[in-house]
Amino acid sequence: MAARAEALPAPKARRWAAPGLVVGLSTLYLSVIVLLPLAALAWHAHGWDAIATRQAVAALELTLTVSLVVALVNAFAGTAIAWALVRDRFVGQNFLNALVDLPFALPTIVAGLVLLTLYRDLAFTRWAILVALLFVTFPFVVRTVQPVLLELDTEMEDAAVSLGASSFATFRRVILPNVLPAILSGVALAFARAIGEFGAVVLISGNLPFKTEVLSVYIFGRIESGDPGGAAAASVAILGISFAVLLAIGGLRRLATRHDR
Amino acid sequence: MRRISLTLLIALAFPALAAGAARDTKLALVAYSTPKDAYGQLIPAFQKTAAGKDISFSQSYGASTEQSRAVAAGLNADIVAFSLAPDITSLVQKKLVPQNWNKDKFKGMVTRSVVVFVVRDGNPKKIKTWADLVKPGVQVVTPNPVTSGGARWNIMAAYGGMLRAGKTPKQAQTYLAQLWKHVVAAPASAREGLQTFLAGRGDVFLAYENEAIFAQQHNQPVQFLVPKATILIENPIAVTSTSQHKAQARAFINFLRTKPAQRIFAQNGYRPIVKGVTQGLSFPTRPQLFTIKYVGGWPVVEKKFFDPRNGVMTKIIGSSGG
Amino acid sequence: MTGRYAIRFAALGYIGGLLLAPLSYVFYKTFRHGFWPAWHAVTTPDALHALKVTLILAGIAVPANTIFGVMAALAIVRYRFPGAGVFNAVVDLPLALSPVVVGLALLLLYGRGGWLGGHGVAFALPGMVLATIFVSLPFVVREVVPVLREIGTEQEQAASTLGANAWQTFWRVTWPAIRWATAYGVVLTTARALGEFGAVSVISGRLAGQTESLTLYVQDRYQSFDEVGAYASAVVLALIAVTTLLLMTALKPKEETR
Repeated sequence: MAARAEALPAPKARRWAAPGLVVGLSTLYLSVIVLLPLAALAWHAHGWDAIATRQAVAALELTLTVSLVVALVNAFAGTAIAWALVRDRFVGQNFLNALVDLPFALPTIVAGLVLLTLYRDLAFTRWAILVALLFVTFPFVVRTVQPVLLELDTEMEDAAVSLGASSFATFRRVILPNVLPAILSGVALAFARAIGEFGAVVLISGNLPFKTEVLSVYIFGRIESGDPGGAAAASVAILGISFAVLLAIGGLRRLATRHDR
Repeated sequence: MRRISLTLLIALAFPALAAGAARDTKLALVAYSTPKDAYGQLIPAFQKTAAGKDISFSQSYGASTEQSRAVAAGLNADIVAFSLAPDITSLVQKKLVPQNWNKDKFKGMVTRSVVVFVVRDGNPKKIKTWADLVKPGVQVVTPNPVTSGGARWNIMAAYGGMLRAGKTPKQAQTYLAQLWKHVVAAPASAREGLQTFLAGRGDVFLAYENEAIFAQQHNQPVQFLVPKATILIENPIAVTSTSQHKAQARAFINFLRTKPAQRIFAQNGYRPIVKGVTQGLSFPTRPQLFTIKYVGGWPVVEKKFFDPRNGVMTKIIGSSGG
Repeated sequence: MTGRYAIRFAALGYIGGLLLAPLSYVFYKTFRHGFWPAWHAVTTPDALHALKVTLILAGIAVPANTIFGVMAALAIVRYRFPGAGVFNAVVDLPLALSPVVVGLALLLLYGRGGWLGGHGVAFALPGMVLATIFVSLPFVVREVVPVLREIGTEQEQAASTLGANAWQTFWRVTWPAIRWATAYGVVLTTARALGEFGAVSVISGRLAGQTESLTLYVQDRYQSFDEVGAYASAVVLALIAVTTLLLMTALKPKEETR
């Protein structure tokens, strides 16, 4: 089964209702659940000088940098772990598979408290932020790559190996192109989560402006000091940046699978 | 046969239910988080009195400013009890609390406390005064005055402490900048602040006495001292304008100011607002105690120190970067 | 094949350091005084009520986001409509917002004076449900999209040519291929819905015994220095997440086992 044909236009007669209904309903859902609150936020955003302060810029730089690092680390680690969980066989595999989602299900205060105690020496430094974010974004790439690996037909890999390709070449030319979209999907999630994370980071980072203050804490500070307009403005700004990055990741994916068309 | 007895049951129950519903007034209490245990004891005590006999409560506890914002956004409340007066005045501005809320004998307050220094076992760095906090090598932990409304008490205690020590306002402001340089962690809330300190960070943690006592009562290894010059924290309470049960709400607040209720507050670590209820409890009186009025009163202080754009403290924090 | 062992070793090392240590610590803190104190901590009336609230929140959010997720994935991958790229990026946005801001946005919309204010959404269960749906929205979409792209449309087209209508094509051809991805999406969505704190906290009004979810209960225990209570409740949440995963795994048909 060739796994890479792109969508050709659907036969018109029988399917006319389905696409319209599906697209319409899902757009309605997305609008009510996500776009409406975001619109309310943007509406109340004023005081855009809140994002221009040096403190805000420092928080933004820190957040973006750490989030990109987190996304990158997850891309590699998550893929390796997904590989180990799907293609490998070892004792305790099912147990580990069950653990993968837990950083996610734990309330972020608990995550913060636990990390504070365990990584006491790292605490209140930028490394602490990195560790906290790696912890809460852990499941993303793993869980997006796993189903693709499970669906992946091993025919091509076997063919490549029987033709004498090394396992690395097999990986790079046969497997990677197929899992790359999934990796990028997971990376987008990890990046977005890392940018928005508050609870797990707020305790272990110490929140020192210019040193360990992430944007979510800065925004929280704006709300607490009676400047919700500034908070909304900063949030809309970071949403804009995230949106751009997410679009770019989507573009990367199209680029990566370009040869399939 | 079963259907008839069921109908009979309902018919009998109905008057009882109806009577119960008519009797039971429900008051919504929206408060900050620390007095939760205290109100857990106070509400049953109130319900044992004549005034509180048929009153039930819904309770909401959270960070003071967040709770204030929730009420502003429509959270139903008959009684609001916050950590500091500005959280009530913001509701006055929105016409949710009457303007005369603090025009009674107690100026709208229900409990008191003071700002204290929580130190390490034995106080190795001998931290006793506000000036000691800026000695070389001293590391300070304080809740973030930007994200924690209550932390503003700490800042004003420091500022007022300097004024008491004879410094001019300008010198006191310089002191605040120096103090901020010594802050090594500024957790988002008081509770997280204590957690951070107990996790090993810093030499001194700026806390509120009632929270330090609360921690001790819950077996946390907390040692604190009350500096000679410190601010008197006063926690306000008010009946909302939107309350449907103003008389009962007022009755509850009046109850909270009676001796038995104040005794319960005292047992929970709060300094009472009436005399004669602190037998057996230790609330040291400090010679240079001052109130928020000494440093200008909240309206002035809010604007001068904590205005989100031009406040003194906002500027100190906003320019503390390299 | 040393490559295999190297990957396995590295992956396990990473899991061990980042995951196992914190999780073991949570269990240690929960059970250090024995099983019964932990049990009592999570069976108080407040704790049980909080559990009920959390299960309701997840019980609504997860199915809703699952149905939306599959539909949205189909819309993005199969039905090329104008704005699909934007739609795709918007799906991930809920994650990029810090939870406090999510709460703020919901209050601005459903609170007093908001466009949809005054209808009993804010400070009540409906608001909490909306917040939970908001923060757990992307996961099924993100899981299913890569797999849909991966499998291609050949079989679907073949089925259509053979006379199957849209629903039959979906149920018999597409669904079996995306079942696994959807399952993992459900697991992630559930875990996220269970663990949500910030946004739900703001929109719930924190009414003790009424609008307190289990994560809010954890916060309450933490505030009161009740360590066992806080960590034990966290363990309950973790167990629910693991149970969801086990359920999803159990639904796997036998012939697919590799």
